[in-house]
Amino acid sequence: MAAATDFDRPLLLTPGQDMLGWITLRVGLTLLQFVALTCVLSVLFIFIFIVKEALPFFTSGQVGEMFSSAEWYPTSDPAAFGVWAMILGSVYVTVGAMVIAVPLGLLAAVFLSDIVPFGIRQVVKPVIELLAAIPSVAYGFFAVLVFAPWLQDNLGVDSGKNILNCSIILAVMAVPTIVSISEDALSAAGRDLREGAYALGATRAEALCMVVIPAAGGGILSGVILGMMRAIGETMLVWMASGNANQIPHPWYDITQSVRTMTATIAGEMGETAKNTTHYHALFAIGLVLLAITFGLNLTSEALMTRGRGRPGTARRKA
Amino acid sequence: MTRSKQVLILTALVGMMVAVAGAADPKTVKMEGSTTVGPIADAYTEVFKRMYPNVTITVNKTGSGNGAAAIVDSRCDIANMSRFMKIQEFKDAVAKGVMPVAHAIAMDGVCVIVHPSNPVSVLKTEQARNIYTGKITNWKELGGADRKIVVVSRDTSSGTYETFEKLVMAKQKMAAGVQYVASNPEAHATVKSTVGAVAYIGLGFVDKDVKALKIDGVMPSRKTIAKGEYPVSRPLFMFTNGYPKLGSIVHALVTFHLTPKGQDIIDAKGFVPVTDY
Repeated sequence: MAAATDFDRPLLLTPGQDMLGWITLRVGLTLLQFVALTCVLSVLFIFIFIVKEALPFFTSGQVGEMFSSAEWYPTSDPAAFGVWAMILGSVYVTVGAMVIAVPLGLLAAVFLSDIVPFGIRQVVKPVIELLAAIPSVAYGFFAVLVFAPWLQDNLGVDSGKNILNCSIILAVMAVPTIVSISEDALSAAGRDLREGAYALGATRAEALCMVVIPAAGGGILSGVILGMMRAIGETMLVWMASGNANQIPHPWYDITQSVRTMTATIAGEMGETAKNTTHYHALFAIGLVLLAITFGLNLTSEALMTRGRGRPGTARRKA
Repeated sequence: MTRSKQVLILTALVGMMVAVAGAADPKTVKMEGSTTVGPIADAYTEVFKRMYPNVTITVNKTGSGNGAAAIVDSRCDIANMSRFMKIQEFKDAVAKGVMPVAHAIAMDGVCVIVHPSNPVSVLKTEQARNIYTGKITNWKELGGADRKIVVVSRDTSSGTYETFEKLVMAKQKMAAGVQYVASNPEAHATVKSTVGAVAYIGLGFVDKDVKALKIDGVMPSRKTIAKGEYPVSRPLFMFTNGYPKLGSIVHALVTFHLTPKGQDIIDAKGFVPVTDY
């Protein structure tokens, strides 16, 4: 019966239906374009806003000391706005986190994609990804109330709020990103690539190290960079666990000293800073430096991602 | 006839508008100034909202200097200040026909705290300064154990920092190795869990988990702070233009610290009521 009515429908649309269809199409398209445009524009406006607020600092004549001095005394008289120690502080905790997170994440990804039975992988991977969903303030509480006293009691450091503490916790936060993206890249490298390697007489270790991991290299690298961005952009944890001492560690390898990062400075001081003062604009200038670094990392990651996508594909076509 | 009627209606309308404007005016009270006094003013506002539901009180926390400028320009009804007015500000005020009257509403005392196991219990102001400038780096220089001092400060934008910097640091900069924490409870938690740490917090946050040090021989307490004997303490002010009209909202605000509720608020914000007998 229903089928019969369907056949009875005239094939030609009435002008009314025609019009309605055209309007729906237009409205739908406009709406989608508007939504897409909003996303793009908000990124653009954030960038413009930060540049606009940072500009007075760059024209204030104190910009020279920004990168040459480590003295940050924004409320003193005369004020000093050197951010060198903070840039280094961000680098210290980020590099420290990467030194721990990259081997851990990469090994976990290889293990999940090539070694563990598929059923277990289906359980373990979501659990690792769940780590990324824990709010950073919760990590911060752990770092300050549990981990810092533990470091003091067991390693004998003077203060548990230091580079080591921050790096380890940041590594835990960056690992899910690295594992998730690397594992995707390794899986995407394909079964044929692995079977090809075995056919040439390679052992599983040789196949992994010399064929699969290089083939997925781009994807793994972009995962690492995304994890790095998570670490460098992290604010709450470093504000709580780094100690916020605005110093350059001396000697340079002493990672039990406190440092202060760019993000922590912005978060800690922005709320109370009087608007339109040099201090206020200086904080935006730090924000701009941070934005430039993450933007650079993001571009690198994008470039590597496209390269990574191409590689296994070409390999497959050749096979 | 119609014309006079129109005039009458118009007059009545204008009269009503003036009456409305006149009635609306005292219903907004503007407070501007210190970020230290700001939290007290905010808490007052909460209470006054319930007591006088049709009064709007606004609190701007822009710093004591801005508060003084605002009362001089009659831009606010009450200037919150964590310091007394400077001579120049006073002169500017009088020149503009404003007569600043100070109401000391609370005392702000900052305690220097260490871990309870630390044998050091007395510091001179100068020694405290030397710890924060990095001249003294080990507790043994102060008669304690051979242990590095972990120096903890509040963030530079907090009122507690402002007080400590003014009364202890004497224009000297804190060393680069000084750690910064965002709140009184965080400073407390850091000292509680770090054997070699020293920090400074408001009196209201001192408990048995940390040890407050005597400064220049005076133990910080409500009594010594209220009496002004403890060196790291200062009065907090609200300034008005002339003594406020008795019974007005402004009058109620600047005398609220004399009521039990007002004292509770000052206590809860970590300050010391001036009415400590």
